[in-house]
Amino acid sequence: MKVRIQTIIILVFIALLFVIGSFVGVNPAMSANDVVMRFVMNGILVLSMVPMVESGCGLNFGVPVGIIAGILGALISLEMELGGIGGLFAAIAMGIGFAVVLGLGYGLLLNKVKGDEMLIATYVGYSLVYLMNVFWIVLPFRNPSSVQGYGGSGLRSTISIDKYWQNALNNVFSISIGKYITIPVGTLVFFGLLCFAVWAFFKTKLGTAMSAVGANPDFARAGGINVDMIRVISVVMSTVLAAIGIIIYQQCFGFIQTFSAPLAFSFSSVSALLLGGASLNKASIKNVILGTFLFQAVLTMTPTVINSAIEIDASEVIRIIVTNGMIVFALTRKTKEAK
Amino acid sequence: MKAKRFLTASVVPLMFLVLSLVAIPVSGMSARYIFSEVSARMARNCFFVLSLIIPIMAGMGINFGMVLGAMAGQIGLVFATSWELEGVKGILASAVVGTPIAILLGAFGGQVLNRARGREMITSMMLGLFVSGIYQFFLLYVCGTIIPFNEESGVLLSRGYGIRNSLMLPMAKGIDNILTVAIGGVKLPIATFLVTLCLCLLTYWFRNTKMGQEIRSVGQDADISEIAGIDVSKRRVQSIIISTVLACYGQILYLQNIGTLNTYNGADQAALFAAAALLVGGATVSKAGVVNGIFGTGLFHLLFVLMPIAGKNLTGNAVVGEYLRMFTSYGVVSVSLVVHAWKRQKDREMDRELLKRKIQDPAKDE
Repeated sequence: MKVRIQTIIILVFIALLFVIGSFVGVNPAMSANDVVMRFVMNGILVLSMVPMVESGCGLNFGVPVGIIAGILGALISLEMELGGIGGLFAAIAMGIGFAVVLGLGYGLLLNKVKGDEMLIATYVGYSLVYLMNVFWIVLPFRNPSSVQGYGGSGLRSTISIDKYWQNALNNVFSISIGKYITIPVGTLVFFGLLCFAVWAFFKTKLGTAMSAVGANPDFARAGGINVDMIRVISVVMSTVLAAIGIIIYQQCFGFIQTFSAPLAFSFSSVSALLLGGASLNKASIKNVILGTFLFQAVLTMTPTVINSAIEIDASEVIRIIVTNGMIVFALTRKTKEAK
Repeated sequence: MKAKRFLTASVVPLMFLVLSLVAIPVSGMSARYIFSEVSARMARNCFFVLSLIIPIMAGMGINFGMVLGAMAGQIGLVFATSWELEGVKGILASAVVGTPIAILLGAFGGQVLNRARGREMITSMMLGLFVSGIYQFFLLYVCGTIIPFNEESGVLLSRGYGIRNSLMLPMAKGIDNILTVAIGGVKLPIATFLVTLCLCLLTYWFRNTKMGQEIRSVGQDADISEIAGIDVSKRRVQSIIISTVLACYGQILYLQNIGTLNTYNGADQAALFAAAALLVGGATVSKAGVVNGIFGTGLFHLLFVLMPIAGKNLTGNAVVGEYLRMFTSYGVVSVSLVVHAWKRQKDREMDRELLKRKIQDPAKDE
């Protein structure tokens, strides 16, 4: 397997952080646990980028569209008072339903704006989030965990799912190593299955066609592929995966975040994928797994170590610089279609 | 055909006009109140919006990286505040500090955008977010540690380094107060309007200078300009530098009117609102003029004033209005980007169709 030099540098950097960390009093086992946890939390969201990148729709800055579908599913599952693993999968099933509908609309829109997908996706994501903010206030949710307690109407901005399906999937076969490390095998296996499904999809006829559309839409059209339809399918796939991804994230995190929270995920997911070695029009499962791990490790370890070493909490600033710097770097690299 | 073209060009302004006409009675505001609010906002925002025009001439779309300039202006204001300079002196000092920073950031931004041809807008947006990280790092950890600050001026956080989250600006209303005229009980900052007018005239003048003409020809067709001997990359960088410096002044002008600096998240949405205002004025990502900027700022801020109250009156919840306002801002930008991209795609398809016909039946064409 070919390993890029950048990957090695980042790995060495992370290893260094662990070494320095252990000198300044950071517990390496606890940090490792954090990294593993964040890896499973964010993995599927990063995976959701792959179909759209492969079909040439670019990096999915519109990931909030899928996230909103997931939130709707999760909220309705809460409204039905479903708990445990059943509640989680009910949320996922409903999330997928909403994601298919929203993804269809989103995909059809992106077909109208070929070449400008990334910019428009960003703005469509933002517009939808603010439109939904109105609905979060207006929609008639009744579950007391979800709505604001003090007389006001509308949802809380963070909704605890403690009583419903927090850690439902994490606790399936979870393995504890030592005092600090718990490996959420259930979620890890679920993530693995989804990765395998996406990998297998790209081996099918439809999947190959999708990659062909991304590589060269004109050749693909000449080869008898319905380019527009393939692109819509890829957008729906991405949106569905993002919906599943956010529900798994909520399951680990313990809260459903509403209102402006979905916006926080687009740049970090894009950045993680790029860190794993993907480009604007090529992404693989290897990029997803490697990227999520590297990105989360850097973001978990750097602030912890700096904070312990010189007592400055620079986590937010580091996050902004790493995430957005990575994306700027990728955008300025030459791609095939650019002159 | 002509009517159709007019409609696609002005769908966004028309949408906005209709929305405003609906929102005015719903909000129940008096004409005088609306006039005073909108005129104040126009004084404050026009300059900033106009700084977007030159990169559009150069064919680089909307320079969302204008926030780089806004940040430079804010750094200037922070320094001038720490020196406790008041009035016009404070404004000039901020501009003097801000200009070199804006030129540097603009040159950097221009270089980056030259490496991302064809996707300048998304790159400039990400660049803005990236530089805002560096800006925060600079103000939070470098100011007061590496760069010494006057402790008595009260700009530092109580921990001894880093700039406070919000600063009262001693140079507040520095420009406004030079000349203010009251019309019908509404105070108008004429001096600020005059500064903006100067920029309008400058922009007109600039179009016909050698540099302006070259920038416009780069915007029309970069390949042909290159053949004609224009240094395309250089002209593109220059257009971004000009835009960044103007945005720096625009932000200073804006903040002197507001009077307080929101240090860490003041610049975030500046580009969004400016872009939305310009697009509401009927500009597209490939064509924009001074008139679009001014008309758009007025119309956008009219709705900006009306929306929260109208939303509150409709739903009985003040927050709804606020969200509706954000939704309209993002929605405007989305719709006009979509309309423009769609039109371009249609043009491309038409070209292909023509070419196909030509190949199939070459005799008919000549």
